[in-house]
Amino acid sequence: MTCEAVQVEHLWKQYRLGQIGSATLREDVQRTWARLAGRPDPLLKVDETASPDSVRSIWALSDVSFAVREGDAVAIIGRNGAGKSTLLKVMSRITAPTRGVVRLRGRLASLLEVGTGFHPDLTGRQNVHLNGAILGMRAREIAHKMDDIISFAELERFADTPVKRYSSGMYVRLAFAVAAHLDPEILIVDEVLAVGDLAFQKRCLGKMGEVARSGRTVLFVSHNMLAVTSLCERAIWLDAGRVRAEGQASGVVAEYVSTVTCETSSFEELWTMDAESAPASEEVALRRIAIVPGTPQVRFTLGMDTPFRVVVEFVNRRAGARLHVSVVFYTDQELPAFTTWSAVTPEWRNRPLRMGLYRATCFVPGNLLNSGRHRIVVYVIRDLSWTALRYDSSVRFDIVDLERREGGWMSREPGVVQPRLSWENEFLGGG
Amino acid sequence: MWAFSYNLPAHRSARGRGTLTEETVLTIVHGDEWTTVIRPCTGWPGLGWRELVQSRELIALLVWRDLVATYQQTILGPVWHLLQPLLSTITFTIVFGHIVRLPTEGVPHFLFYLVGIVAWSYFSGSVLATANIFSAQAHLFGKVYFPRLVVPIAIVLSRAMPACAQLILALIVVGYYAASGSTVSLTANLLFVPLLLGMLALFSVTVGTLVSALTIRYRDLQHLVTFGITLMMFVTPVLYPVSVVPTKYRSLLVLNPAASIIEAFRRAVLGTAPVELRPLFVSLSLIAGLAIVSLFAFRRAEAAFIDTV
Repeated sequence: MTCEAVQVEHLWKQYRLGQIGSATLREDVQRTWARLAGRPDPLLKVDETASPDSVRSIWALSDVSFAVREGDAVAIIGRNGAGKSTLLKVMSRITAPTRGVVRLRGRLASLLEVGTGFHPDLTGRQNVHLNGAILGMRAREIAHKMDDIISFAELERFADTPVKRYSSGMYVRLAFAVAAHLDPEILIVDEVLAVGDLAFQKRCLGKMGEVARSGRTVLFVSHNMLAVTSLCERAIWLDAGRVRAEGQASGVVAEYVSTVTCETSSFEELWTMDAESAPASEEVALRRIAIVPGTPQVRFTLGMDTPFRVVVEFVNRRAGARLHVSVVFYTDQELPAFTTWSAVTPEWRNRPLRMGLYRATCFVPGNLLNSGRHRIVVYVIRDLSWTALRYDSSVRFDIVDLERREGGWMSREPGVVQPRLSWENEFLGGG
Repeated sequence: MWAFSYNLPAHRSARGRGTLTEETVLTIVHGDEWTTVIRPCTGWPGLGWRELVQSRELIALLVWRDLVATYQQTILGPVWHLLQPLLSTITFTIVFGHIVRLPTEGVPHFLFYLVGIVAWSYFSGSVLATANIFSAQAHLFGKVYFPRLVVPIAIVLSRAMPACAQLILALIVVGYYAASGSTVSLTANLLFVPLLLGMLALFSVTVGTLVSALTIRYRDLQHLVTFGITLMMFVTPVLYPVSVVPTKYRSLLVLNPAASIIEAFRRAVLGTAPVELRPLFVSLSLIAGLAIVSLFAFRRAEAAFIDTV
């Protein structure tokens, strides 16, 4: 029998824009005076008088409702400005909602606030006491966990040194160690934590995974979709302050990712026959460049394991030209991932072409490119060595990695390619 | 039933043991046993006493932090706290005692000003330190929730430490003067001192929180605080005894709660006259009334300030 640990009902949060929050005493006295005298507000501009309530305000959350069962790990995803931080702020009581209710069962702590209240002049140990108390730990609880915290942060030797002498890495380690030992019933984890070097990030993600699997209620906010699908069973997608989707993490994440990539990527470039704008030279003109997923997709999302095709259509303008197509894949760090060319098919290799429209299709297998955004550069090559046309395609596509991981590193592996290679393991005796 | 508490071993272990029958668990669930209910802040906010009492450890730790952090690194730190009132007193003695020649009821000028300054600087220092807490602590308040009142309370409490050190210095000086045959003496009236310091602490936290709540809406108030406190010193009997105030103004002086506290404080420390209880009661009721207003203003401000700062 599990019950709900978090219940959010019809939550609304309004922010006022501009300088309305602060005012001067004089303005307020003027307003009050005018109101008492029955005159309209003298400080409002003419167009504002019509609807003074609706001016310059935005709803950061509108009618958000959801519930989280005890022990569930739930991800909150959405683009920047979708209302994720506002939701967390309301839940952790930093700001009050405009309408609606949040109910919590148990103590809530959030890993948003690493290092809050650290005082540079106090020693590591003293800061643990202070920081723990600010985060809601009892003094006895802190004293009890002190050694664990210090050793988790690997700061045994520096526990009695003022933190102002710490390196920034030591500082963050200590702060995270305190937060990691909070033991609340409900934990809010923000990916803000993913700072520091790779080793520390791995450690943080590892700890989060541990927490998520320990049966505690966890709300996980992240842009790392791989971590989301790995750590959480359920996901809530916030979009412009509303719950856009809620359910199984893998499904919600797939929908979210495809929507986001769809809006920002382009899969095809097409030019009409007589278009002046088409990339062309005296010998050749491009007609179409397209990325076509190899498996039928509702939306154009390329998973790591999805094979796809690159289609290049061009017009040969000179009879007898020996042309072939070459494509270079670039990552968004502008690293060339690999180059491939159509001259590998023997019957088309160095073959004289008639004038007319040709199509070259390259089949890219799944599990080759690493996740991330990619672009391509298309070359049309004459006589196996001369560049007849070079074109930086505006085609942009994302390879997304949504495969659930059971543990370990839950982020993008380094490398431009990520092939699945076969391994052989042998025991060679000994022991 | 609502259980509004942060230490939850009770319901936690009850479920953890698994000895409860399904029905009991269901009653727990349907009993609306939420530990925290967050609602919009409309109308009169609650006082939040319970939470405040639960945060006493945090208050203690913040006081401890202020003390440790101030004295950990500096040698002159504590000395400075004693030097400050001494320098002010010397200046006042020269200017108001020897040049302007204000009457001091026969008390040596140096002593008269020293005692007044000790009490006054505790009050004014505390007000100034608490008047801007929302902007000063925005980084903390914006990240983690705890009852905000904890901060001004801790500030006023930690400021009591140097005030006590100054008081001890003053008592030593009083003892010296008493031994050398002055009109002052250490009497049983000294027992009033803790009470009077407590009243000063309450009054300063009241004024400080009210100002800090108002500065959220009226930024320009921030600049007025220092000025206002300086002005207030002149309408408080720090530099002169109440006895020199003309009768027609004396009823106005009652409206300043600090006036009767400072006057009583000086009488208690110097032992020149018995402490009058009536003006103190008036002060206390005024402070209590103001404290309620200030508390509500503060509670309203803390709910919304992060959106405006």
